[in-house]
Amino acid sequence: MSVPSVPPEPTTPSDPADAIASGAAEPLISEAAVNAAVDAALTAIATADTTAALRLVRSEHAGESSPLSKLNALMRSVPGNQKAAAGKLVGQARGAVTKALTARENDIGSAEAAARLLAETVDVTAAASTWKPGARHPISLLSERAADVFVAMGWEVAEGPELENEWFNFDGLNFDEDHPARAMQDTFFVEPTDAHLVLRTQTSPVQLRALLSRELPVYVVAPGRVFRTDELDATHTPVFHQIEGIAIDKGLTMANLRGTLDHFVQALFGPDAKVRLRPNYFPFTEPSAELDVWHPTFKDGARWIEWGGCGMVHANVLRSAGIDPEVYSGFAFGVGVERAVMFRNDVKDMRDMVEGDIRFSQQYGMTV
Amino acid sequence: MRVPLSWLGEFVDLAPGTTPEDVHAALVSVGLEEEDIHRFDVSGPIVVGEVLDFVGEEQTNGKTINWCQVRVAPGDELAADGGPAIHGIICGAHNFAVGDKVVVTLPGASLPGPFPIAARKTYGHVSDGMIASARELGLGDEHDGILLLASLGIDAPVGTDAIPLLGLDDSAVEINVTPDRGYAFSIRGVAREYSHATGVPFRDPALAPTVVAPVTRFPVTVDDQAPIRDRTGASVFVTRVVRGVDPTRPTPAWMIARLGLVGIRSISLVVDVTNYVMFELGQPLHGYDLDKLTGGIIVRRATAGEKFTTLDAVTRTLDVEDLLITDESGPIGLAGVMGGASTEISAQTVNVLVEAANFDPVSIARSARRHKLPSEASKRFERGVDPRVAAVAAERVVQLLVDLAGGVADDLGSVYDEAPVPQPILLPTGFVSGLIGLAYTGDEVRDALVDVGASLIESDGDLQVTPPSWRPDLTDKWTLAEEVARIVGYDRIPSVLPVAPPGRGLTRMQTLRRTVAQTLAATGHTEVLTYPFVSERANNAFGVTVSPAVSAGASTADAASAVPTSVPMSVPQIKVANPLDSEAPFLRTSMLPGLLQIAHRNRSRGLVDVAIYEQGLVFRPETGVTYGMAVLPAGAARPSAEAEAALNAGIVPQPLMVGIVSVGNDVRHQPGQPAVGAGWQSALAAVQQVALATGVRIEVRQGQHPAMHPGRTAELFVTVQASPVSASTVPVSTVPAATVPASTEPVSTVSVGFAGELLPTVADDYDLPAVVAVAEINLGLVFAQADGDVTVTPIRTMPAATQDLSLVVSVSVPAAALCAVVAEGAGDLLESIDLVDDYRGAGVESGQKSLTFGLRFRGEGRTLTAAEASAARLSGVALAADRFGAALRE
Repeated sequence: MSVPSVPPEPTTPSDPADAIASGAAEPLISEAAVNAAVDAALTAIATADTTAALRLVRSEHAGESSPLSKLNALMRSVPGNQKAAAGKLVGQARGAVTKALTARENDIGSAEAAARLLAETVDVTAAASTWKPGARHPISLLSERAADVFVAMGWEVAEGPELENEWFNFDGLNFDEDHPARAMQDTFFVEPTDAHLVLRTQTSPVQLRALLSRELPVYVVAPGRVFRTDELDATHTPVFHQIEGIAIDKGLTMANLRGTLDHFVQALFGPDAKVRLRPNYFPFTEPSAELDVWHPTFKDGARWIEWGGCGMVHANVLRSAGIDPEVYSGFAFGVGVERAVMFRNDVKDMRDMVEGDIRFSQQYGMTV
Repeated sequence: MRVPLSWLGEFVDLAPGTTPEDVHAALVSVGLEEEDIHRFDVSGPIVVGEVLDFVGEEQTNGKTINWCQVRVAPGDELAADGGPAIHGIICGAHNFAVGDKVVVTLPGASLPGPFPIAARKTYGHVSDGMIASARELGLGDEHDGILLLASLGIDAPVGTDAIPLLGLDDSAVEINVTPDRGYAFSIRGVAREYSHATGVPFRDPALAPTVVAPVTRFPVTVDDQAPIRDRTGASVFVTRVVRGVDPTRPTPAWMIARLGLVGIRSISLVVDVTNYVMFELGQPLHGYDLDKLTGGIIVRRATAGEKFTTLDAVTRTLDVEDLLITDESGPIGLAGVMGGASTEISAQTVNVLVEAANFDPVSIARSARRHKLPSEASKRFERGVDPRVAAVAAERVVQLLVDLAGGVADDLGSVYDEAPVPQPILLPTGFVSGLIGLAYTGDEVRDALVDVGASLIESDGDLQVTPPSWRPDLTDKWTLAEEVARIVGYDRIPSVLPVAPPGRGLTRMQTLRRTVAQTLAATGHTEVLTYPFVSERANNAFGVTVSPAVSAGASTADAASAVPTSVPMSVPQIKVANPLDSEAPFLRTSMLPGLLQIAHRNRSRGLVDVAIYEQGLVFRPETGVTYGMAVLPAGAARPSAEAEAALNAGIVPQPLMVGIVSVGNDVRHQPGQPAVGAGWQSALAAVQQVALATGVRIEVRQGQHPAMHPGRTAELFVTVQASPVSASTVPVSTVPAATVPASTEPVSTVSVGFAGELLPTVADDYDLPAVVAVAEINLGLVFAQADGDVTVTPIRTMPAATQDLSLVVSVSVPAAALCAVVAEGAGDLLESIDLVDDYRGAGVESGQKSLTFGLRFRGEGRTLTAAEASAARLSGVALAADRFGAALRE
């Protein structure tokens, strides 16, 4: 550290008191004495390595009885013509010491704070958790995602009861009471059976409810739980989920059905997904089609997977809802949610989805 | 329906090398779903052999085994297995003689099973192959002895490859026939579809034979006094007679092989022929022993209580809807379902009456279901049989019996034919293109319709389309459109996304349902989906009917002293008529039994900390209400307003619930973290998470539930606003009207569920530990109060004054009630109040408790003085003292 020298003097008395005592040729406040005091202070400051040590140094070198304070006290005796120079000399010296003290204080403070934090080190991989992980079921999540695809297109979500009147499940959907398709449906009936209540075998009753209760045009999608008398095994469950859609408007075509399905599978499975329609039979649609879906990343490789049924809503279904089939047309489709989870996520056994083992859903967490 | 390729190839040309997979692919493209492929699963060398010599050798077990010398190649030629022309073979059968031609499976051959053939040492000889029975070859059930080729009418040279000789090289594709395509239950129908799919020409076997009209009339009367749904039971009834049939003639091997492939066992030549023609043409046929018939045939309905013995020797009591074939002796057949024992074709039958009839689909379907006798015949009649094919099929049977059985066609017979003629359907120009969304050319439309067998008359561009007799499903222009789209190909239909009108997004209830699900998952619960099938006992334990509403402010302090119900009550519930599990035939009235089972399943798999939830519908019929509808409105017409209202009124209330079960630890033991067990507080925390998710305040009161801990159960309430909750047209997620009390008060509360701990004995019933936290909330009732209409209180930004308050009250005073009273007394300046401590013990009298609250006061627009805050606090104390006798604890 350099201290400006005013006036230039070669001598360097070790103690300012000596300078005072010697009096004569020496200025009252010699540069040498000031520099000596500053150097001693700076050395002590640099040597102090704790906040406590530095506090002592501050007292010794910047306190009231420190050499610099004593030199400063001589200012009263300095002759007038030297006062400015001496004042400057002492002032700069004291400034230098104060600055060094502050800097050192900050350094030590930072180092001590850092050391304290270091001492607080924990094993972050061993954090105790006061909460436990939960999860949604992929069937619910995929149903919601599927519904969202349609909601984004302006469709609405419709719902209906699970214990349903046969009229909604069969008669109104063009299942004649003697039609073989009605006997094929593996229906759960409830007692008394002549009350004609069944656990719905499909989400299609919701179609009919939507048509009866809404203004035309109707674009709705109905996710829900359905029931058939299949024993639980690796590929069957008596309680499963469908998502069904119906659109009734003027001039809707089977090309619109395909367009909707293309958009749906691409939104749900990715832009490479494709739809194939194969002729089939359902009582509530005419023409009817089987809906196959293809995607390159399906487990077991790119392939066509049978996913559901679809078609143009049967004129008799429209008539059941009081809609003139000569004026309105529309399409409907239904797909199985369990099946989609199976081929999308490589679920090999239906039982994993129905047994409620929390390890199954927890693989999904909150998203599907 | 199984279709042997060789048979299919009689009516369409199959390219050489066509595989079953190729045929499947073609049929799938026109809407016949692939099911399976059937083969005989035999591989050679299997050859014709001649028994040259055999020696019977008696064994120690008393059986006699024949050591046979069998020639399997002519002269000195090597046999097909590379061995000598004469093989030594052990044979246990005795139905043969020297000189008989037999089927020899040589070493290297394989029979169905798979059963590989090798030379093996047995009974002291090396048996160099095996002489096969019919059953071993997959040609039927015959296993009383080896197959003698002479019994099949075959005399082929020694060494001939027996696989093609017996038709064992054939294979069949199995397809699923949808209910609208009855005609595809025939080789004829499938061949037509194959032609549609591939474009190869179709040779219709129904056009082939020249049908001989009977000259001498066999008396047949159709006398249906009780047509079902106005349709006469029989519209066609053709009979033909063949005399002098040789009952000893064998069914030819090719016929046995084809019948085997379609899944029919060979029985006798006459029966086999009728089955064969049924599969070929789709016309069910029945053969009667003419000599056992008494007089003519009358087709009529059964009389009440009438009995009939079918040819499976079961005597059945008939229904007045059953259609019968009768003669003067009584019933001889249950029409379209099964023949009778008395006129059955037997090994002595020489004169045969062939019946080819067309029965009403509904009549046959009901009879087959009623008597649980589904058959190949009933299956076809239910779906509709071509009425024009009956006479052709009868003719075909006659010809086969003449050709194969040595019979003589008789001129005795009858043709009753009242089948309705298909009526033309108007197909307006452009209809198909407009419905499908693809511009079909006029030729495409016409060609497709002609292809499927329709006849067309064109007028002003529109078409009058008369469907073919075998397509009763073609009833309107939409069905014709499907045929055009199908024949031209569904793959041609373009993809055009329709634009829906603007929608309103998810409803509030749909959004809330998701928010509740997400919130519970985010707070540590795992969503499960349980079956709604439970036992009556489970419903009675958990299906508590919702408490009647209590008006706001009513004291519930005495609820804790109520005696818990120890006897399970009988809860109204719905029983499944045809349950899969006879132990659980009822529909759940509560979510909890299913969740408790799942909790147990998880724990049995070693997962000890389980917190699960499910949102779903429960089924809560009300006592005294009759659900459903005895007579349903017809389809294809909108029900009357009354009928529609009745349909909806007859739906059992199905409120949306959430059930939550926690067992084990909420927080497990970890470094620096003791375990926190799940208990009543977990259940209440979950309830508050639901409340937070819905924005509806759920009030907790001490409660009672027969399946729950008498001191650790909360009943949950929400405040119902004045406007009555209206039941929507769809009773899901809505409040069944009857469970919301009609309220004349501006505000009332309604019970929405329970939360707390299970009764330990109930937990034990489910093999769960003593402490199980459960909650069940009727979300429909909660959601109904979630109007989202929040009025925001302006945020006060002046400094707050915080004070503590300790009050001593009787232990019977609920903390929440005391808290509410203090808040009420403290007035507007009180910003928040929290229960901080509940102290009982030294310094507090027995029967008393000291509750400490943290209070935060804040002024509006100015800083409160300490004196103002204290005054507000003391007002709270004063009201607490007044209501509950609370004393300030200094």
